[in-house]
Amino acid sequence: MERRHAGRGLVGAVVAMGLLAAASVSVDAGAGTGAPAAAPAAGGTLVFGASNDPRILDPALASDGESLRVSEQIFETLVTTAPGTTDIVPQLAREWTASEDGLEWTFELQQGVTFHDDEPFNAEAVCFNFDRWYNFTGPLQLNSGAYYWRVIFGGFAENDPDGDAPETSLYESCEAVDEDTAVLRLTAPSAAFLSGLVLAPFSIASPKALTDYDADSASLDADGNPVPQGTFGTEHPIGTGPFVFDSWIRNDRLVLTRNDDYWGEPALLDELIFRPIPDNAARLQALQTGEIDGYDLVDPQDVATIASDSELQLIERPSFNVGYVAFTQTFAPLDNPDVRRAIAHALNRQAVIDNVYGDSGEVPLEFMPPSVQGWTEDVTVYEYDPEEAMALLEGSGLELPIAIDFWYPSDVSRPYMPDPQRIAEAFASDLEQVGFDVNLQSAPWTPDYLDVTLSGGAAVHLLGQTGDFGDPETFVGTFFRTNSPQWGFDDPELRQALEDALRITDIDERTAAYEEINRTIMDALPGVPFAHSTSNLAFRSNVAGFVASPVSTEAFATVSIES
Amino acid sequence: MVRFAARRLLLAVPVLIAVSFLVFAWTRALPGGPAQALLGERATPDAVAAVERQYGLDRPLLVQYGKYLQRIASGDFGLSIESQRPITDELRERFPATVELTLAAMMFAVGVGVPLGVVAAKHVRRTLDHVSLVGSLVGISMPVFFLALILKWAFAVKLGWLPSINRLDVKTDLDRRTNLFVIDSVISANWGALGDVLRHLILPAVALGTIPLAIITRITRTAVLEVMQEDHVRTARAKGLAPRLIDRRHILRNALLPVTTVIGLQVGLLLSGAILTETVFAWGGLGTWIYDAVGARDYAVLQGGILFIVVVFVVVNLLVDVAYAFIDPRIRYA
Repeated sequence: MERRHAGRGLVGAVVAMGLLAAASVSVDAGAGTGAPAAAPAAGGTLVFGASNDPRILDPALASDGESLRVSEQIFETLVTTAPGTTDIVPQLAREWTASEDGLEWTFELQQGVTFHDDEPFNAEAVCFNFDRWYNFTGPLQLNSGAYYWRVIFGGFAENDPDGDAPETSLYESCEAVDEDTAVLRLTAPSAAFLSGLVLAPFSIASPKALTDYDADSASLDADGNPVPQGTFGTEHPIGTGPFVFDSWIRNDRLVLTRNDDYWGEPALLDELIFRPIPDNAARLQALQTGEIDGYDLVDPQDVATIASDSELQLIERPSFNVGYVAFTQTFAPLDNPDVRRAIAHALNRQAVIDNVYGDSGEVPLEFMPPSVQGWTEDVTVYEYDPEEAMALLEGSGLELPIAIDFWYPSDVSRPYMPDPQRIAEAFASDLEQVGFDVNLQSAPWTPDYLDVTLSGGAAVHLLGQTGDFGDPETFVGTFFRTNSPQWGFDDPELRQALEDALRITDIDERTAAYEEINRTIMDALPGVPFAHSTSNLAFRSNVAGFVASPVSTEAFATVSIES
Repeated sequence: MVRFAARRLLLAVPVLIAVSFLVFAWTRALPGGPAQALLGERATPDAVAAVERQYGLDRPLLVQYGKYLQRIASGDFGLSIESQRPITDELRERFPATVELTLAAMMFAVGVGVPLGVVAAKHVRRTLDHVSLVGSLVGISMPVFFLALILKWAFAVKLGWLPSINRLDVKTDLDRRTNLFVIDSVISANWGALGDVLRHLILPAVALGTIPLAIITRITRTAVLEVMQEDHVRTARAKGLAPRLIDRRHILRNALLPVTTVIGLQVGLLLSGAILTETVFAWGGLGTWIYDAVGARDYAVLQGGILFIVVVFVVVNLLVDVAYAFIDPRIRYA
């Protein structure tokens, strides 16, 4: 299973403004505030072809993409992302402020919101949920349970002695100051925390339903596997969202209906149905016949078919990943900056994008995609220039050709690296032309390839990352905040800068810090990012109002079916 | 007869133990374990180790196998790592789906294959025979998933006559008591649903039934030809019996013996071999289940699912042996 790399980001100063504009237009249209002629048709049923059944509809215990996709329609979080971006915008919280030291976050809540079971949404409900997650016990603490709590907040009130939860927790307490004000206290300043809160696992569920339907009881089977006992996550998922859970027949259909008492702009569809169709070709044909109205993760080879069909449409999801060529600097002469620069100039990255990624990729400027806060155009750019590469190598005084090992994984396809062997062979031939003697090496992806590359045993190698949530920490932080043997160098200043940036709560200040970090990284050139890949969703052409998000926070409330 | 069946069932026990061990060892030889598949590529070794501990995957292989045998002996097939649901729950929903599809495919294969084989034998080395030969060759050679895609493209996408996925339309409600939808719709007298179920069955049944159809046609033809040349048929003819009576009582009945064997084998094969067809038609049966489980390295599903299929195969073969006795009174089981 591929974990769905959901994630969202802080308000980025540098966002694709076009996307933002497009998104706001469709939101306006969805809200029905446009001219009468442009008003979308309300009503109807949309059938979405999912790749699988959700695992559980208790988002706090979900980490698979299909569970999160459905949960996002039933539940809401305190903050969310603006459609199509990683910008943080209000949802159940109207506004929020952080204390000077970044330890205390005050959320002013929306008023007049009720859960689907008519229970009131208020500060107490918010704190009930946070305390619930923090007090998870036993099997719920496992990665197969509260995975995202562990990613964002770390440990629990009392870690299970047999478990492996992180020792410390970022969470200290939640206080309902009054009906509409909740104060979250952290044990350490963290700015990534807010972008974590947009994740569906931090949805606020009805406290009454959580209690009545026994959401927290799980027993262990003979092998120590958690077995949920309650019915909250299978039959009674109750949140505040624009859709209400109706029914779920496993392996067949999951039906949501419009929440007519929704506190915001109500959904346009009467009914939203998810059908599991594991096979990609079957999803495409079902879309062609009209048995489904849309599906995610279109096979690249089907893009042309869909684009040429007037009854279908493609919607591109902006990239949220990066593929890179990494240098392990413990291998000489990769510790020589001129050699690294020579490699960067030698690689014809655009040719690889054109030949391997088709219409679904672009050459990156740095180690994070443009949708993330802190991305900047103002970094050193290494154009394809074999002459410059040769000059740099000659100037380095090293004897040519320079022998290097170039590693690629042999049996895997990743979104950012669809055909590792072809990419490696293309790059190897680029490098041989400027004075390298390349020895191509490969190993099966897991565990061998990941072991050898992450432990610093592969001089030059292909690798990449899909973000976990919309924050720069999930890219540059993951790569360089710790001193990883994969890169084989130690830059205490860079590590400190990343450590500091993680704690800046002022958005503009934080953005500037990451821009500076990106400049530092691309000057030092620990590797060469070579691809951001995009993915596509496909819909019938009469479906309107769907906005793809780089981090897959996608609401169906604005979606309509034109007759 | 009962003793024979009992002995055959007992013989199946060592077969099942051997198969269970092979499947167990094979699933563990797949590259990348479920922990890695579950957690994704960047999972820390600690997290992978924790999940492995959680699922007991860190214990020695034989210990894991022993524990597994112990549990399945008590009917506990464990929990799917992917869906976190008990294997037995999933089997209860998915096995009827596969059975329904298999039976429909066999009805198509037998219903068309036997008459076609007889006709071919009657017209031996004439046009009809040649047409049926070429048709069978094409049927046997065409990969099922390819045929399925073509059928779907033609009858679902282009003509729009039949649905392309699933067992029921998303708007059709059905009281699922047995999970055999034909039966469910009949016992609840839900005729609208019955029509919908049948429409959904046609394409997958034809796709899945094509190879057995081709085989049954060829076997029937050969068997009929053989029987036609036997002494008792010549005698019957000499006696001046009506040709129809000869066909029915003396030829077909004797020719059906080898055909029954093939049908039995094919049913077993279809129950296990519907993986591609089910996947292409998003048919929620055993096939899609196992297909998904390979991708997710879902050991519990692979072990439980494959073992279950082997059991079905053994039982079906036993039933075929028993069926011989009814068709051929000369066969007696000690």
